[in-house]
Amino acid sequence: MTGSEKRSPLLVAVLGWGVALIMFFPIFWMALAAFKHEIDAVATPPKLFFEPTLENFAAVQERADYFRHMWNSVVVSLGSTALVLALAIPAAYVSAFFPTKKTTDLLLWMLSTKMMPAVGVLVPMYLIFRDLGLLDTQMGLVGIYTLINLPIGVWMLYSFFKEIPGEILEAARMDGAAPRQQLFQILMPLAAPGIASTALLCTILAWNEAFWSINLTAVNAGPLTQFIASFSSPEGLFWAKLSAASLMAIAPILLLGILAQRQLVRGLTFGAVK
Amino acid sequence: MGSITLRNVHKKFGGVTVIPDASLDIREGEFVVFVGPSGCGKSTLLRLIAGLEDLTSGTILIDGQDVTHVPPAKRGLSMVFQSYALYPHMTVRNNIAFPLKMAGMATGDIERRVSKAAATLNLTDYLDRKPGQLSGGQRQRVAIGRAIVREPKAFLFDEPLSNLDAALRVNMRVEIMQLHQDVGATMIYVTHDQVEAMTMADRIVVLNKGNIEQVGSPLELYAKPDSIFVAGFIGSPKMNFLGGDNARSRGAATIGIRPEHIDFAQGVGLWSGRILLTEHLGADTFLHVELITGEKIVVRAPGEFGGRPGEGVSLRPQENRIHRFNAQGRAIRA
Repeated sequence: MTGSEKRSPLLVAVLGWGVALIMFFPIFWMALAAFKHEIDAVATPPKLFFEPTLENFAAVQERADYFRHMWNSVVVSLGSTALVLALAIPAAYVSAFFPTKKTTDLLLWMLSTKMMPAVGVLVPMYLIFRDLGLLDTQMGLVGIYTLINLPIGVWMLYSFFKEIPGEILEAARMDGAAPRQQLFQILMPLAAPGIASTALLCTILAWNEAFWSINLTAVNAGPLTQFIASFSSPEGLFWAKLSAASLMAIAPILLLGILAQRQLVRGLTFGAVK
Repeated sequence: MGSITLRNVHKKFGGVTVIPDASLDIREGEFVVFVGPSGCGKSTLLRLIAGLEDLTSGTILIDGQDVTHVPPAKRGLSMVFQSYALYPHMTVRNNIAFPLKMAGMATGDIERRVSKAAATLNLTDYLDRKPGQLSGGQRQRVAIGRAIVREPKAFLFDEPLSNLDAALRVNMRVEIMQLHQDVGATMIYVTHDQVEAMTMADRIVVLNKGNIEQVGSPLELYAKPDSIFVAGFIGSPKMNFLGGDNARSRGAATIGIRPEHIDFAQGVGLWSGRILLTEHLGADTFLHVELITGEKIVVRAPGEFGGRPGEGVSLRPQENRIHRFNAQGRAIRA
């Protein structure tokens, strides 16, 4: 063990950088393409040095209202995440600390809903949305994203809550804390890093979700995924504009990820539950 | 304030009976220790009294009031947990203040009570630290501090010293006994360590498989155990048990004799045997002896005892100190 510990850091670092570069390359290439003229973007061999331009961004904004789509993405992903947390925290609390014989079955059943391909229920969902007047509404998307992310939220929070010794909550009970006080004053502060990572994951998943947003929204409630899609299908060859649109779509969530990462690391090192 | 009565307390977890039928009277101001091997139900019994578990049937009275269905916080009891169960995200001050805040006490009163508790427990310098920055003994004190600020009718301790090292455990034992004298409140203390039970208790409750085997003062249990189980559990090293002719000739199925109640005989003794090994503790030496009947016993000898393994010894038990038990393991009292 000590031997491998001495030898491995360099190897691990090289491997880590290698994997990171491979994963990052498409994003890097897309970012480059966003600043190229259309001719340069499709040139063979690919051009690494070119005359940069902002014309793609202007063109994209002119053709579709970026800011409205972004606002939709913000509302829909934050709204659904807030709803997921509001439902999943109490559910995970009860499952972790007051389990019954059927708790595991229930959790597995929740997870099993994730195994079904979404396209399998597209038609019924579409009809339900149409009949309820939810097509192309923010509320409709918030609802469906909440349902999609709820099982993940419950599972993640359940495993974070399980890490917290039950005796701490029992001590709070002895000290006179009502269930709500136990939840808000003891459990949630202790599980804050876990709640934050759950929230971050749900936000990212909702932000990047494309299937339902493309099928259930159009100009009014369409989030950024819809915005990108509108560039890819009819004008597939306009690589530079598509790249510019994609870059604009991922920039906010990328920023959130970087900011939240710092919070998360601080939260995790806070630890020391026992 | 602080008498606790259990009447026919019965507890099942699913289909498993943990406490078949327990009845017990704990007097005001008493220090009672629940002792028994792990899995004997002593912690369950404590948690039933605390209200952290619901009774399957039976009644619990505190100061004559039926609290069977009263939630834990309303019973006026404080509990100290084995893992201390401190709130890791709160300072020591807020940990100790938490029960008072939950009770809606005024800030000034809280501050005064916390300061007083901290002074009692030598925690004043640590009030602004988090539990993670404290040693095991200090955390234990915080847990006790959180228990005393509420001025409860009774304290419940669930193996509070088992996470501490041996030296600290002895210190904390003394501190808890001191606390009992100062506060005067009823204390129920759960442990599997019979030395803790013997040294701390006014009365010991010995539990075996969820049943109360015997209740009595430490010396009563030592001198007059009701059963083989109690006889074997109380006292260290444990009592020797012999069957066969030795027991039959005394009208019993099994006899018990403590290592300290066996003398060395000059010449031919009642029992002769061979020393297997010796344990020197300084003041005492414990001899492990194999009798000619093949039974193995432990004998206490003076510290300077010079016998070596392999040598023969002849022994004479103090007849009036022999405990007799019937085939069911119950004591026979003449």
